[in-house]
Amino acid sequence: MKFNRRDFLKKTGILAGALLTGTPAVSQAYKKDKKDVDLSIYSTDNKANSKVWEIYEERKKKHIPPPKEPYGVLVDVSKCIGCRRCEWACNNWNKNPNRPIEEFEASVSQEPSVFDKRRRPHAGQFTVVNRFKTKSGKTVYVKIQCMHCVTPACYAACFVEAFRKTPEGPVIYNPHVCIGCRYCMVACPFDIPSYEYYDPLTPEVTKCTMCYDRIVEGKVPACVEACTAGALTFGKRSELIKIAKERIANNPGKYVNHIYGEKEVGGTSWLYISPVPFEEIGFRTDLGEVPIRQYSDQFLFMVKMFEIVGAWPLVFGAYYQLSKHKKGHNSTNEEKGESHGKK
Amino acid sequence: MERNKNSSWFREKILMGKTFGEYIRDCLTPWNIIALIFLILGIYAMIYRLVAGFGPTTNLSDEYPWGFWIAFDILVGIALAAPGLTIGTAVHLFGLKDYHHFARPAILSSLVGYIFAVFALLFDLGRYYRVFYLIGWSWGFSSILFLIGWHFFLYINISIIEFAPVVCEWLNLKRAREFFNKLAIWATIFGVIIAGGHQSALGGLFLVVPSKLHPLWYSALLPPFFLLSAICAGISVVIFESSITHRAYKHLIKDYDPVDFDAKIIGLGKAVAYGLYIYLILKLLDFAHYEKWHYLKGFYGFWYLFEVIGFFLIPALILTYAVRYKQAFWVRISAVLVMLGILLNRFNVCLLAYKWYLPASQKYYPAWTEVALSAGVITMLILVYRFILNRMPVLYEHPEFKSEH
Repeated sequence: MKFNRRDFLKKTGILAGALLTGTPAVSQAYKKDKKDVDLSIYSTDNKANSKVWEIYEERKKKHIPPPKEPYGVLVDVSKCIGCRRCEWACNNWNKNPNRPIEEFEASVSQEPSVFDKRRRPHAGQFTVVNRFKTKSGKTVYVKIQCMHCVTPACYAACFVEAFRKTPEGPVIYNPHVCIGCRYCMVACPFDIPSYEYYDPLTPEVTKCTMCYDRIVEGKVPACVEACTAGALTFGKRSELIKIAKERIANNPGKYVNHIYGEKEVGGTSWLYISPVPFEEIGFRTDLGEVPIRQYSDQFLFMVKMFEIVGAWPLVFGAYYQLSKHKKGHNSTNEEKGESHGKK
Repeated sequence: MERNKNSSWFREKILMGKTFGEYIRDCLTPWNIIALIFLILGIYAMIYRLVAGFGPTTNLSDEYPWGFWIAFDILVGIALAAPGLTIGTAVHLFGLKDYHHFARPAILSSLVGYIFAVFALLFDLGRYYRVFYLIGWSWGFSSILFLIGWHFFLYINISIIEFAPVVCEWLNLKRAREFFNKLAIWATIFGVIIAGGHQSALGGLFLVVPSKLHPLWYSALLPPFFLLSAICAGISVVIFESSITHRAYKHLIKDYDPVDFDAKIIGLGKAVAYGLYIYLILKLLDFAHYEKWHYLKGFYGFWYLFEVIGFFLIPALILTYAVRYKQAFWVRISAVLVMLGILLNRFNVCLLAYKWYLPASQKYYPAWTEVALSAGVITMLILVYRFILNRMPVLYEHPEFKSEH
């Protein structure tokens, strides 16, 4: 455990406080512990997702023609410098709880810093950058957010159809019908959707919208705009794949020969190329190329077959039982009639 | 005069012929006081959940969006609420008249089981007040959960129809009873299809997480596993529950014959044994086909074997012995084992083997409020079940309708 001067002073301060005043120091210590928890899990009342949904609905109503090809973003992991400006820009645009941009930029050189722990998106944060030290000794920064699958698992899982794959590329979420079953979070192979657990009345799922609201205005997503290192490229998905292939081909030895997201779970709108194997920087490489939706579709088809085919023998069985019952019933009725007559 | 008549109806039907004071005094038994404590804790947890939200009341997180409530209330609860599917069907559809004594309690357990499972589920939904959206509009046809939601809704209605004749007998509504009796057989057919569909669909829920569920538990055969084990569990519940009720309500059952009753328990045990063997064969096939041998190393391998051998193979063997040598006691023991096995299996699929790769510090464990809420709901279920048993002709035949069985 490292023990630097600031920590030492803090701890002696707490100790002194405890000696002087007794109880308050305990709560201070408690608060300090709490700082280890990602504060963005406490965030509530996110408006970005519903705003985006309303824009989507409006465009549908007005029959605005969608672009010919869906968009995507290419992440060149080798170019990311870990400045976290994308995180800041994302929070800023989506009105999530934010801090001054300097604090974000500083963490790359800080010790300890937010990079010490592997983070994931939470209710109040749609994207995070993680740091990985690979086996070859390289330090690599990886931004994660919703991958915007071509065939989204969240859509297939949702029982009120609260998700849509827009023709523009983003997968967006409709909070106006969501019941809050959180099956989308279970189903997502990338563990992206988050939930506002601290909202008792109107909790929502929150996730990256790929700045649908900006894309439809002809702008690039906020994080792409903020990235000065050139790690993020926005464009048509098919063109991004071409660019990625060229980059891999033109820089032999610089990248591993794989575009993450080209085929994973049926393809994603966000694509990654990396100088180190993807499993070393937190990506699941065992997801396969089958869209998650196929698993549930196959099952639903089977259930339908089972229920329709299986129904017939049961109906016949019931018919048989009924006819038998009728015979028995008639005789009991007769008996009853007799007893009635006797009365 | 009219009021007087009303109050006497209330006294007759609800207070079982006692005055209100007498009734309350008779309720003050040690067991009821324990139940009251559970109820108070459960209701406290419910209110706390509604007021404060998931954050303070549960240990749910973005990594573990489904916790104790889904695992226990829904996965375990619905599997254990399968008696109606098994016994109800066997009696009403396949004409196993020997078991008609078991049919009404079985249908009642399904009815209260489903109602309380859905009641508990409401607390697990972020926006529970929107639950009717699922039935009314906004249909997610591509979702397995949609199928389950609709099937729950339909099955509760079916159970109500199946149980309605009993209520009608209780209230002496002859016309309505005739009507529901005619409807009941069709409800039963529909019920088999619906119940079979959603029991397997509960397993199907986890088909979409091939990368998150431990390979020993993940299988393309999850739906048939869930269905088969639910059938075994359903019959086991009938064995367990009828053994308790026949002891506690001896006075209600006029023609109670212990020897005959044990013979029937053994008959039910035979059915469970068949179910378990089919289940085990399927498990073995799945295990061999996907070549899961190498997963048997380590904790999860041990835990898998513990589940399959300890709570499915051993009960199956005990049942084989018990059926052969006519040992009703051992049938009851294995029924309890099977019920525990279902509990373990569902917890494993939903909580332990789900994201097995997370370090222990990030794994989910339930908060006390989560457990208290579920315990409270179970207490309510038992109290309602008892309330109905005491009043309605479930365990015995109503004297006026006796000849029609």
